[in-house]
Amino acid sequence: MAKVLMKGNEAMALAAIKGGCDAFFGYPITPQNEIPEYLSYHMEKNDRVFVQAESEVAAINMVYGAGGAGARVLTSSSSPGIALKQEGISYLAGSEVPCVIINVMRGGPGLGGIQPAQSDYNQITRGGGNGDYRVLSFAPENLQEAVNIIKESFSLADYYRNPVMIAVDGLLGQMMEPIDLDEAPDFGPAKEKPWAADGSSGKRGSRNKIVSLHLDPYKLEEHNLNLKKKYDEMVDKEQRYETVEIDDAEIVFVAYGSMARIARSAVDTLRKEGVKVGMIRPISLWPFPQNAFEKLPKSVHTLLTLEMSLGQMHQDVRIVNNGRYKLDFYGRTGGVVPEPEEIVERVHKLLNKEDQS
Amino acid sequence: MKTETVYKPTHGLTDRDLSYCPGCTHGIIHKLVGEVLVEKGLLDEAVGVASVGCSVLSYEFFNCDMHQAAHGRAPAVATGIKRVRPEHAVFTYQGDGDLASIGLSEVVHAAHRGENITVIFVNNAIYGMTGGQMAPTTLIDQKTTTSPLGRKKEGAGEPIRISEMLATIPGAAYLERVSVHDPKHIRKAKKAIEKAFDAQMNKQGFTLVEFISTCPINWGMNPKDSIDWSVEHMIPYYPLGVFKDKTKGDSDD
Repeated sequence: MAKVLMKGNEAMALAAIKGGCDAFFGYPITPQNEIPEYLSYHMEKNDRVFVQAESEVAAINMVYGAGGAGARVLTSSSSPGIALKQEGISYLAGSEVPCVIINVMRGGPGLGGIQPAQSDYNQITRGGGNGDYRVLSFAPENLQEAVNIIKESFSLADYYRNPVMIAVDGLLGQMMEPIDLDEAPDFGPAKEKPWAADGSSGKRGSRNKIVSLHLDPYKLEEHNLNLKKKYDEMVDKEQRYETVEIDDAEIVFVAYGSMARIARSAVDTLRKEGVKVGMIRPISLWPFPQNAFEKLPKSVHTLLTLEMSLGQMHQDVRIVNNGRYKLDFYGRTGGVVPEPEEIVERVHKLLNKEDQS
Repeated sequence: MKTETVYKPTHGLTDRDLSYCPGCTHGIIHKLVGEVLVEKGLLDEAVGVASVGCSVLSYEFFNCDMHQAAHGRAPAVATGIKRVRPEHAVFTYQGDGDLASIGLSEVVHAAHRGENITVIFVNNAIYGMTGGQMAPTTLIDQKTTTSPLGRKKEGAGEPIRISEMLATIPGAAYLERVSVHDPKHIRKAKKAIEKAFDAQMNKQGFTLVEFISTCPINWGMNPKDSIDWSVEHMIPYYPLGVFKDKTKGDSDD
């Protein structure tokens, strides 16, 4: 298919339809409103379900019901709205109900602002819900990648029987880019869901239950250990990342999403100056792509984490680095989007420090 | 000697022992719902939603597919199920803490959207499972563990009447408050459940049956006194009756 120019939120919404989304439940919040707006028309046109819920809390619980009944379900929101959905996400993970959540991040804490931010990395990768659970999370850098991942995410959610989150920020949600909706393969319709509580106990000859309650601690432990096996499989199979100019790099940026776009420009500028910089761009936020850090060339001496936050992913970089390289961090927060020059300047400072030592 | 089966437990419930306290009316209400699902031929394709509270384990008791919802969220979960499985009977089973307090928004909006679901709402004027705290439905001067001197209008307000409130909502198709304190009322309650499921399956809108129930343990009474107390104190404040019936042609116009 030829490329079409689309706004980010609308492109992601269309990708969800292409990915086989049966039902959408959401609540308005800036900067993701074009997703429910687009779907309110196009889901109905495609004989699918669209409900504007009374709150984010209700929306995620509708997702829980519809997903538990076997449908492929989507919700979308932005940072404070995702905070409200966390309880439901914990139930979805605990009951092993698949769903896809698009999170178009904005500045926080609290009501924060509506400009792009990455200050919900902890919320996404650690979860604000209770219990030992994980959410498979991807942070695309551009709309083509977002569209491809969203199409795939419904199959991934079904395969793992787990929520999948697509984390972008307001910049990607609001920008326009050309996309090819058929670049990613068709991942096919949902497989049979023999576990679904879809109202076919008569046909099935047994009852299905969607439940996260296990009052016996030994049974809950066993359940949690089974969940962990899935999470371990995700760590094995779903670490996704890109490396940029890494072969002879001495300083390696670690940046994702919109920040990676900006860092890419800084890599170009610095390379032209003869500074050997490269980048690891995590595409999966959870599992964090630790494999990328195992394959770095001997030339590397410093990792510079770049985020539109005060250093949330930087904690994961610190963990996987495990003392190997020098670490530095640069970030802007509150919805301020940094210029590439700020990153270049940070690298100059780093190099000056090295000269002095 | 010839024996004849004159009564047997409904196939609408599983064989599991109920987890409810002696003298509580949850058992009767479960039985009625199970019987109606069987008699209307809905059980095999029904999906129920359990809530949080004493009835949290009801997913083990109703003999059909079941979801266990977070506290108060059962009508939202039921909405999700019904929208993707519109031909199936979908019901929630919720207590008064779950529905009238933390889940008020979900039930009001499910009614407003006219969701074709049936809510079984069990009102015993107290939080049972957590040990007898004050609920929005607790009567004035009723003593609970968080109103040890009795509920006072000042500060705690007056008990919320859910059926009357929902009756103002256009999307509600059938609303009735019933009691199960004697056989006559139990039979009447069963008819109310039947009407609610009929209205649901006829896609007439949101349906709810409110049950006046008891909590012997947390009320500090024996089962008989509890039943008497519910009749003497609860029913005067929560009058029995039909508050909305679109099956009979009630209209919102």
